[in-house]
Amino acid sequence: MRDLLSINDLSKDDALEILDTAVQLAALSDSSNRKFPTLRGRTVVNLFFEDSTRTRISFEAAAKRLSADVINFSAKGSSVSKGESLKDTALTLQAMGADAVIIRHGASGAPAQLARKRWIDGAVINAGDGTHEHPTQALLDAFTIRRHLMQDKGDLAGLKIAIVGDVLHSRVARSNVLLLQKLGAKVFLVAPPTLLPVGVEHWGAQINFSIDEVISECDAVMMLRVQKERMEDLFFPSEREYARNFGLNAARIAAMKGSAIVMHPGPMNRGLEITAEGADSKKSVIVEQVANGVSVRMAVLYLLIGGATSRDLTAQIGEH
Amino acid sequence: MNSWLIRNARDLQGKNIELMISNGKVVDKADFVQPYSELDAQGLTVMPGFVDLHTHLREPGREDAETVLTASQAAVAGGYTALSAMPNTLPVADTAGVVEQVYRLGQSHGICDVFPIGAVTVGQSGEQLAELVAMNQSEARVRIFSDDGHCVADPLVMRRALEYVKLFDGVIAQHAQDPRLTENAQMNEGEVSARLGLKGWPAVAEEAIIARDILLAEHVDSRLHICHLTTAGGVELVRQAKLRGVKVTAEVTPHHLLLTDELAATYDATYKVNPPLRTESDVQALRRGLADGTIDIVATDHAPHPQEAKDCEWNAAAFGMIGLETAFSICYLSMVKSGLMSVAELSLRMSSTPAKLARYSDHGELAVGRSANIVLVDLDKSWKVNAETLKSKSKNTPYNGMELPAVVEKTFHNGVLVYDRMNQGQEGV
Ligand SMILES: [Zn+2]
Repeated sequence: MRDLLSINDLSKDDALEILDTAVQLAALSDSSNRKFPTLRGRTVVNLFFEDSTRTRISFEAAAKRLSADVINFSAKGSSVSKGESLKDTALTLQAMGADAVIIRHGASGAPAQLARKRWIDGAVINAGDGTHEHPTQALLDAFTIRRHLMQDKGDLAGLKIAIVGDVLHSRVARSNVLLLQKLGAKVFLVAPPTLLPVGVEHWGAQINFSIDEVISECDAVMMLRVQKERMEDLFFPSEREYARNFGLNAARIAAMKGSAIVMHPGPMNRGLEITAEGADSKKSVIVEQVANGVSVRMAVLYLLIGGATSRDLTAQIGEH
Repeated sequence: MNSWLIRNARDLQGKNIELMISNGKVVDKADFVQPYSELDAQGLTVMPGFVDLHTHLREPGREDAETVLTASQAAVAGGYTALSAMPNTLPVADTAGVVEQVYRLGQSHGICDVFPIGAVTVGQSGEQLAELVAMNQSEARVRIFSDDGHCVADPLVMRRALEYVKLFDGVIAQHAQDPRLTENAQMNEGEVSARLGLKGWPAVAEEAIIARDILLAEHVDSRLHICHLTTAGGVELVRQAKLRGVKVTAEVTPHHLLLTDELAATYDATYKVNPPLRTESDVQALRRGLADGTIDIVATDHAPHPQEAKDCEWNAAAFGMIGLETAFSICYLSMVKSGLMSVAELSLRMSSTPAKLARYSDHGELAVGRSANIVLVDLDKSWKVNAETLKSKSKNTPYNGMELPAVVEKTFHNGVLVYDRMNQGQEGV
């Protein structure tokens, strides 16, 4: 594997290797705050065409813990709408000798174009592109689910996971549907029909228009951010109606299994897709998702540009 | 002017024929003027030059992408002897002045005929009718009007336009795209767009306009032409309308006869086109529709764009692909090689039917006494597309590197050899 553009780039074994590596890295990071020398001398570029402080910081922390040099390149506000800057920016980064480019872009497919046209030689990691995919978010979600429900081991066979909300515009949903099903989980997509893409029936997930029909049987409920502007585009009539039918509130939390967890990729719209009771309940692992993000992104960088496998990890770290 | 004697060519029935050309026309012995050049057309099939009713020449305004000259050169390299210039230029061809300018440019280059299409509405804004009679009565004699690139979305404006062109036997060529259903749309809406996270351009946005316009044309008994049909549902609407006797005609582009929306999965904006590439079942329906005559003609929708308009994010890229130089090969591959129609039938769809539809009386027929607008093709040879060597100023072809059947060898316009693949030169230019 050279790039991580889509979950489709990963086999099930690849995905499990990333999760297993992340488990090891998380354990080692917990016990000491030291850095790993794996990527010393390597340059990792955070190329963010869209504001996302939390994702950028997460990748930055991951790269720094692996001793990589990190360059943050914020291209927001440049002439993206004219479409010129992607190629030009890529050529600039190429001149800087980036070993990996972590790209966040508002246009679906921008990371794939960087990689396919080989404007740069380094690995391309998709940190969220338009309404297409966000593979490392799905990996950290799978990590979190596995940690809570599978004791950090194996795949997710037998688990039922609901993804609730604006599936149509969600790159998180697309990557999660692919990954969670690859790992053997059963996925429910719960949304009003306006917020499901035409063609969603090919995804293999079960479609439900009612959260209450599925919530009691799910092991994890993943709430998606709903942007308020969607209301103006006629996707739903009012915030109140959306929240009433698809929001995660105290009553719905109470209907969940005892072991089940509540997730959200952030940032949350409290009061819209999730109430304060939902976000702050004991079932919520939302804060933990952030920490897990660093371990998973370390694992991705480690495996993608460290030229190593998870088996090398214990040995390599032992030397230092 | 040179005379030509073309020997050993095959006609569309496969018969060996000899053609004499003098004074720009196909002649018999009595009118053949000495001296003459002789051409041995052994192995070549001769047919009337192709006629395109949907070409974007970009001049005036976007000469960086294409000019009337380079489009004409591309046209004859693809076997076309007549182009129809879509009015979405800068300025828009919505006045007699602009259409005459484009017409005269075509005449002055003398490579092929360039017939301007006029805008339906002022500035193609869809609000106020342009001066259609003035354009019709100009030197350019415009009969086809279109806001192509935009849909004439307002039903009242469309109704008035359809009625008004009856004044001079005109036709409205509609780019059928409901604007509200396609805001910021990027590709065909379906399984692939859902997966790629690109905003969908649903078939219904095309079909709803086609259905409405068929009803309007029926109501006011006027001529309607549907540009670039792309969906199975659209083919069915036109089929039913024709059965009822509605004066509707339709075109299909070569790319919609071959390519599907799966190509968008590359995120290579070369495949971004409007209307978008559809599904395999749409492609099959379009082929059947062209074969059975529901779709009357092939039109290229040749849409040149400079490299920077394509070498960027899909969302930011321009819609369109060039097609003049590959059109015959793509149609031959899709329609003839696949066994759906004969070369003679394909020739009707690419030459005589569009010429009749547009009233281009000097085109579309190979007969003594008619203008010598002729193409000679080698149906047994193939060629490899190389974007860099195409005549078009822009290189946005989706077929780069593909091996295609059928090679255009020579094109005559008004009796002048304007394209010769062997010499890559143009005589008389
Ligand atoms: Zn059009």
